[in-house]
Amino acid sequence: MKLAIASGKGGTGKSMVAANIAFTLALTEPVTLVDCDVEEPNLHLFFPAPVTTTEVTVPIPVVDEAACDHCGKCEEACQYGALTVLQSRILFFPELCHSCGGCMLVCPKRAIHEEPKRVGAISVSAPIPGLKLISGMLDTGSPHAVPIIKAVKERADGDPLVICDSAPGTSCPVVETLDGCDACILVTESTPFGLHDLRLAVDVAARLGVPAGIVINRSDGRDEDTIRFCIDHDLEILMTIPFDREIAAIQSRGDILCRARPEWQKEFYALFVKCSTLAGVER
Amino acid sequence: MIRLAVISGKGGTGKTMITAALAQLLKGSLVLADCDVDAANLELLLSPKLIRTVPFMGMKCAVIDPALCVQCGECESRCRFGAVERDEETYRVNPLHCEGCAVCAYACPASAVTMQPRQTGEIMCSDTERGHLVHARLVPGAGNSGLLVHEVKKTAMAQDGDRDLFLIDGPPGTGCPLISTISGVNAVLVVTEPSVSGLHDLKRVVRVCRQFRPRILVAINRFDLDTFQAGEIEVWCRAENIPLIGKIPFDPAVINSVREGIPVTQAGTSPATQAIQILAANLKQELKHLGNQQ
Repeated sequence: MKLAIASGKGGTGKSMVAANIAFTLALTEPVTLVDCDVEEPNLHLFFPAPVTTTEVTVPIPVVDEAACDHCGKCEEACQYGALTVLQSRILFFPELCHSCGGCMLVCPKRAIHEEPKRVGAISVSAPIPGLKLISGMLDTGSPHAVPIIKAVKERADGDPLVICDSAPGTSCPVVETLDGCDACILVTESTPFGLHDLRLAVDVAARLGVPAGIVINRSDGRDEDTIRFCIDHDLEILMTIPFDREIAAIQSRGDILCRARPEWQKEFYALFVKCSTLAGVER
Repeated sequence: MIRLAVISGKGGTGKTMITAALAQLLKGSLVLADCDVDAANLELLLSPKLIRTVPFMGMKCAVIDPALCVQCGECESRCRFGAVERDEETYRVNPLHCEGCAVCAYACPASAVTMQPRQTGEIMCSDTERGHLVHARLVPGAGNSGLLVHEVKKTAMAQDGDRDLFLIDGPPGTGCPLISTISGVNAVLVVTEPSVSGLHDLKRVVRVCRQFRPRILVAINRFDLDTFQAGEIEVWCRAENIPLIGKIPFDPAVINSVREGIPVTQAGTSPATQAIQILAANLKQELKHLGNQQ
């Protein structure tokens, strides 16, 4: 089973939920936690351990100037404006390149080949018994998160139980994370910001056909609007976590709620069981 | 014109709340842009009156004409984004995965693939009490948020380039929408929170910013929720020579003002309001200095 944790709005507590489910499950069965927020990964801060790191590369075109006759077909084919053909040379803007291979395909002189370019790294660790943590990290200044997300998810292929922690938002990184998951938890907070962005996240999950359930985090008891939205859209509220300065403090110092306060383990286990039901998996 | 982007690295640290308050507190003429186009929230605090909406055309999307398709599978094997799906003998393109590269159209021997324009969002120009707001809505699940950010900024500059200040509410993260947001700005205000995650994400986003050479400023929101971590952030900022220009306490008045749909500084006196007033005063000095340099 593959479960994603997403949110729309940032800072609602995705990583907190992901870390606590993974910590609790690892006590009884093997679990793989995947940090798909590759722009700002945080899960390794909660699970410090020695890591094995591998580079992630994407193919980028290299033009053989001797073979090139500057016909301009590659510039014309590139939909991203990454190539500009001048009279005697070619300008390439790697940050605009999507590595689609189009320029190489259309070059009549076969003057273009591809070479790998590093865009980030994957770290794998075993911080506690039963838990494998896979983190993706985009190199700073590199714009494209999606190849790293693809790479971390591939690394978890074949693992029986996978939990993917998504980046906030509703665009390509979130689509890439949710794609192929059996269910997702959308973490929200009961403010107009939280609800506004929850609507969008629910929409993305529906477009991808991933069943979604809701966790309300840092609840101050004024959850009426969120509850009404969930009823109207037939979304189950899987868990409500109250606002509590002690929980905030545990989280801010990089600790895990279920380790610091073990009584929370049964809550997060129950959350996981509900997600399994959402995903249609018998537990 | 001074261009200032409020960013954070980590999501949910209070960028939008602070941007709305700054719009109210900073004097002079301004134009506002919400560049968190995935999940734009600034409009929820500024009661904007919509003036006009412009469709945003993202990358084109490949469409396969089943009448012309010869089922050779060339498109599926060439597509590097896994966007071509096969259902029995029919090939189709999943628009959520298509990045508009047109490789399938070039590769198709039967000319069955055409690239169709698609609207993936809209750009809105609105009026607020503090000037025009340019904001956007990306179709959920659509790509090209970096391109949409670029269009939002361009729209704001084209219509209000003569204002004193261009105030931008930025996206979280360090990827293309963030890079698109900070390119060409004079200063960034990074809003962080006192946690190991907050500091980690602050360091990363500052590293990205330095490649663009804006003046970098930091504020800590909800600093009193963990004074030890807040101290760690202060120490780091000092070591990096980055001015820490504001420390805002945790204050229920903030959530209440968000629920009311107004900037917290408009909701009357509260500890958060007082702290943001100090932040705004420090920021004014910084902006004045940048103005003199210009």
